[in-house]
Amino acid sequence: MSAPEHLPPHLPEIDNGLLRFLTCGSVDDGKSTLIGRLLYDTKAILADTLHAIANTSQKRGLDAVDLSLLTDGLVAEREQGITIDVAYRYFSTGTRKYIVADAPGHEQYTRNMVTAASTANLAIILVDARKGVLAQTRRHSVIAHLMGIPHLVVAINKMDLMNHDPAVFERIRADYLDFAAQIGIGDVQFVPMSALNGDMIVERGDQLGWYAGPTLLEILESASSEHGERDERFRFPVQYVCRPQQADDPMLHDFRGYMGRVESGEVAVGDAVTVLPAGRATRIRDIQIGGVSLPVAIADQSVTLLLEDEIDISRGDMLVRADAASAPKSAIRAKLCWLSETPLDAQRRYLIRHTTRDVKAKLANIHHLLDITTLQQRDATMLVMNDIAEVGFRLAQPICCDTYAENRATGAFIVIDEATNNTVGAGMIL
Amino acid sequence: MSTLEVQVQVRSLTHLDWLEAEAIHILREVAGQCANPALLFSGGKDSIVLLRLAEKAFRPGRFPFPLLHIDTGHNYPEVIAFRDRRAAELGERLIVRSVADSMARGSVVLKSPTESRNKHQSVTLLEAIEEHGFDACIGGARRDEEKARAKERIFSFRDEFGQWDPKNQRPELWDIYNARAHKGENIRIFPISNWTELDVWQYIAREGLALPPIYFAHVREVVRKNGLLQPVTPLTPASDRDVVETLSVRFRTVGDITCTAPVLSYAVTVEQIIAETATTTITERGATRLDDQASEAAMEQRKKEGYF
Repeated sequence: MSAPEHLPPHLPEIDNGLLRFLTCGSVDDGKSTLIGRLLYDTKAILADTLHAIANTSQKRGLDAVDLSLLTDGLVAEREQGITIDVAYRYFSTGTRKYIVADAPGHEQYTRNMVTAASTANLAIILVDARKGVLAQTRRHSVIAHLMGIPHLVVAINKMDLMNHDPAVFERIRADYLDFAAQIGIGDVQFVPMSALNGDMIVERGDQLGWYAGPTLLEILESASSEHGERDERFRFPVQYVCRPQQADDPMLHDFRGYMGRVESGEVAVGDAVTVLPAGRATRIRDIQIGGVSLPVAIADQSVTLLLEDEIDISRGDMLVRADAASAPKSAIRAKLCWLSETPLDAQRRYLIRHTTRDVKAKLANIHHLLDITTLQQRDATMLVMNDIAEVGFRLAQPICCDTYAENRATGAFIVIDEATNNTVGAGMIL
Repeated sequence: MSTLEVQVQVRSLTHLDWLEAEAIHILREVAGQCANPALLFSGGKDSIVLLRLAEKAFRPGRFPFPLLHIDTGHNYPEVIAFRDRRAAELGERLIVRSVADSMARGSVVLKSPTESRNKHQSVTLLEAIEEHGFDACIGGARRDEEKARAKERIFSFRDEFGQWDPKNQRPELWDIYNARAHKGENIRIFPISNWTELDVWQYIAREGLALPPIYFAHVREVVRKNGLLQPVTPLTPASDRDVVETLSVRFRTVGDITCTAPVLSYAVTVEQIIAETATTTITERGATRLDDQASEAAMEQRKKEGYF
């Protein structure tokens, strides 16, 4: 990162990067109001949008502007008064940019929450102070935990309807912690709030003076962005091989660049690396972005790597540090969330896409199905949409993977139905 | 331990670096997964950013796709000149297909000679896709522009008629994208989905990207209509009742002349535009798009019909 004095004046002096978070809860919990409040109080909502929702509020006979209308989406959703799909919203505090994945709360939309959770680094779980920890709260928490979201924030909303009573907050907090311990959730914070009045979201308000902790925005501003808890082992799936072979430029005649994104760890010029699955060893000769050389590439950066030796490498191969390779596996055990309306068919072959590699796969067995409300495990012979199960797959070719708990990027895969080309499953390797 | 933590802090990407890296990754997935993609380049700021991202993704090689522009024939000449110059500078192939040709073929029929050709671009785009056998088209749409876009995938599946079905989208998890499609179907890819208007301007500033001159403040004859400024041009002449004013304006978004409105501005540099954008009180499409004002769901409807 450049030192601040080298930055042009129009770029922020402090740039804490980007945080992706997920909000889970239903409209009844005040989730839309909460997001509306975050956008409104950070000035991400502009006059014409506000004017449009003021008009709609009036049309619907409401006295005040309904901030939840800000997250109102498609016509089909408004007709049914529900949220169908994940919506993405953006705001910035000047020091950090936020991407909010707004996932619907209904039970039948597990697949949407799984989708939204897959890219999030923090989840806000909304609890209605009047209702406390519900089956839905547990379901959301289990999915967030399953999807490997490192930070959870339980937002205890509608404190205004419970006289801002600290005992209510403490009771819900204790209930949640009991449950969190059962499923192994470690990092969880609690904030009492009133999204309607804006208390403890961006502003502290004056009704919750007994709460000394950070506001929701303070938590978001200080949450460590991804690198802190991420796997530090270098993983570089090759996406594309650049071989310009332009005869008029002798410099480029032998150019072979391996293009991809550093999914974890970092790499420097001169590092010893291994090409998987072949297992060939070489060293990094150069690291480039757009033809410009860099000494080091860090996690999340998309770069082009040049190697010391000519090795046959193609899309689907992976470069790793020589001293921290992963072993190729032809059979995997995974948590699988089924996303398709067509049930999983144990007789069929599917395509598994793991990083940039596609392999044919066949279900070996379903160890058990997980009931995410009761946390009970039960036997199953098939999976339908929104089911989460522990399964085994046999693969036509080996993949070089890590466990999802160790590495989100190299521990995740999607299942594709080759007949429809649809994405039908999401897997996390155990 | 604490020194290590400091190191970890320093070694993270700024928000622009992160957005750039994500977009490069997406562009390379298109190259890796699709047999015959095209990148839609109009000469507008979002597609100018796409071209810089493609340079970062593929140089020193050539782009693994041609550039494609669907020209309504009602674009500002400065923008068209810029489009041609930029494609030539990059040494990349530019394919232009025009709505006028679709009209000549009879596949586009205007309700009246003055009807905007903007929505008819969809027809010409589908014809170009068929003619060239494109299996994927990369575009510069952003999710912050409009609420139908807020729910669209980065890799967005379109059927044979180019239609988007919001209720039946492919789940999109992690950064594993699925661009598989049967023959005749098409994937639209939006590498800057997660960028806001301010991010785009900050990136233009950081990269020192050239833009068509109409993005900067200039003096122009306009009339006020429905709270927007409408430029007075041969295509959009003032009527007898209109009060023509000469004002300092700039375009925040550039498209078909008949449906793109400028905003009042004195910003003549990118830095001044950023300052205005950071403090603006009106959304980009709200201030500038005459076509989205028709109804609350105008964009959703157009996308279902094959629009970008």
